[in-house]
Amino acid sequence: MITIKELSDENLFTAGHTACPGCGVAMSIRNAIRVFGKDTAVYVPANCAVVFGTTFPHGAWKVPFFHTAFENTGACLTGMQAAFEKKGKKVTVVGFAGDGGTYDIGLQSMSGAAERNEDIIYICLDNEAYMNTGIQRSGGTPFGAWTTTTPVGSKIQGNQRFKKNLGDIVVAHEIPYYATLSIGHPLDFIRKVEKAKNMKGFRFLHMFTPCIPGWKMDPAKTVEVTKRAVESGMWTLYEVENGEKKVTYKPGKMKSVRDYLNMQGRFRHMSDEDINKLQMWACKKWNLHYREKGAPDICEIEPHVEHHAVTEEHREMHGP
Amino acid sequence: MKKVITGDHAVAIGAKLCRVDVVPAYPITPQTLIIEHIADFVNDGELDTKFLTMESEHSVMSAAAAASAAGARVFTATSSQGLAFMHEMLYATAPLRLPVVMANASRTLGGPPGIWCEYNDSMGARDSGWLQLYVEDNQEALDMIIQSFRIAEDKRVLLPVMPCLDGFVLTHTVEPVEIPTQEDVDSFLAPYDPDIILDPARPAMIGTFMPAEYIMELRRQTVGAFECAKDVIKEVNDEFAKKFDRDYGGLVDTYRMDDARVALITMGTVTSTSREVVDELRQKGEKVGIIKLRFFRPFPSEDLRKLVTNLDALGVFDRSISYHGGGPVYNEVRSALFGMTIPVINHLAGLGGRDVTKEQIFKMFELTSKAAKGEKVKDVNWHNTRGETV
Repeated sequence: MITIKELSDENLFTAGHTACPGCGVAMSIRNAIRVFGKDTAVYVPANCAVVFGTTFPHGAWKVPFFHTAFENTGACLTGMQAAFEKKGKKVTVVGFAGDGGTYDIGLQSMSGAAERNEDIIYICLDNEAYMNTGIQRSGGTPFGAWTTTTPVGSKIQGNQRFKKNLGDIVVAHEIPYYATLSIGHPLDFIRKVEKAKNMKGFRFLHMFTPCIPGWKMDPAKTVEVTKRAVESGMWTLYEVENGEKKVTYKPGKMKSVRDYLNMQGRFRHMSDEDINKLQMWACKKWNLHYREKGAPDICEIEPHVEHHAVTEEHREMHGP
Repeated sequence: MKKVITGDHAVAIGAKLCRVDVVPAYPITPQTLIIEHIADFVNDGELDTKFLTMESEHSVMSAAAAASAAGARVFTATSSQGLAFMHEMLYATAPLRLPVVMANASRTLGGPPGIWCEYNDSMGARDSGWLQLYVEDNQEALDMIIQSFRIAEDKRVLLPVMPCLDGFVLTHTVEPVEIPTQEDVDSFLAPYDPDIILDPARPAMIGTFMPAEYIMELRRQTVGAFECAKDVIKEVNDEFAKKFDRDYGGLVDTYRMDDARVALITMGTVTSTSREVVDELRQKGEKVGIIKLRFFRPFPSEDLRKLVTNLDALGVFDRSISYHGGGPVYNEVRSALFGMTIPVINHLAGLGGRDVTKEQIFKMFELTSKAAKGEKVKDVNWHNTRGETV
């Protein structure tokens, strides 16, 4: 297993791209591609990474890059892989799709590629809404979150549905590898990317990627917010290898979701009742992934401590 | 060697002879026999290709574009609703200059649903950047798959090509077809050797985000490729004729046009029926002929202007309707002949797969001849259709 020290210093996704400061997507791509190395070809469907990484005549990619549309990552990766295989080239074929491009419009294409067990790596960069089009709700948006299509109105406040359980949908295809990743946990991140790289068949890496304008948060806190998501159970770190599920990082005592929500403007409007609903969802997820076999369900949460939340200065910059 | 085969079988054999690298496939009537035959070739070890059973037509064209961008020779086939479903990807393939060849089994695009021959599926793809051609018989279907790859992959062109064959009339009807030898096809069609592909040894970015400062030049380059295609189509036709002894004429073909005063523009299998009608009218002393429109894109405007110079009237057969505007071919022809005084009469027939009989074609010539004599004839005429046109 490679360590961070051993990772190549050569940037295959170079500086100069125009992603927002603190962009979780850019950090994930840059670190993943360092593990994949030069013999890689990527497909990126419609998402921010096409705009900030490839606006002609500039380009941040130093590996072959292809883009055509939004909903076809699974299919395009299939075509690329087939061509490379036919031509006898050994290339790691990787797709970087967003949550909208995977949970919603690209679900069919992803499912087709997974079911055929194509020899490709599908990465879902999950920032929990359609950020490239200006923050609209997707199937990956959590309960309560403000987006422009789940506005905070006088009658209805925020997203009324809970985040879709994409992991189970992907795993149900009986693929060789599914893993959840967080840029707040770099060792776990690199290990999973490397593992996926060295396996065959359909591999799915589900990356949790904070979006500064979409989440209305401090650009300096990308890593911290990711860590808090994991500590509160809003994001869980595990992998499913050939049907065997393994938790790769288990936090100590479960932290309150408030610790995580308070860092972001998108949850600022939430009532105590709604926060409790989301807390129950997080507890369920926590028990699903972390509960020992035979042990009772737990929902013991560490008392919430008021901490450095969204600053006034930040609110002025980014709105409520 | 001659074989009695369906149009779909002929297309599949054509693709096999072209040694296609990747075939993404999805079933749809009446194209399905094509991909079934290719699956047989692959599973019987007769064809070394990556046969991909995709989960939709949209994914078929996505995989086709991606495989082509990665340097593979790609073939697929579709029809009607399937073509409509991949519409977005048609537009992605052409300006990225990916020379995919896709047969389209012409079928009515619902609603209301139907499965028989109409051209409203492919006519909707007119502006997608694909070269588009229509074949008359199963032999031409096979031959045009081979020619299509030569045209598509020519570095002056580098555009996808869509050969269309009439649903059921050709796809499911057997005819004797001369099968070229692999050796002859290999000497006619070299392996695909693109300059820019997705290759880690020489990384390229294909399909980058394009600001307004650059996109007009890209559009104009694609139009330039269409202009080049006009010459390439003729060159490829002539070379094919020399090698295989079958000459299809180029963008258009003609029948008994030398001294014709009245002509009908036809497409697809209706051309064959029209040939018989022309022979019978000629026996009666009428100077009539046929212009067989082979390529709809690029559109043979210059050829048409030359061909109609000595005509008194021109009829245009259309197998689909541009709602409230006559048929799409009629509109293209009128546009191409702008400034010429010849009357151009539209004949709509065979929509939804209704048979186009000799009687209907006689009527088309009759109405067009009336216009030639200066008599008043409607611009757009619905043949063999119940009810009145407004």
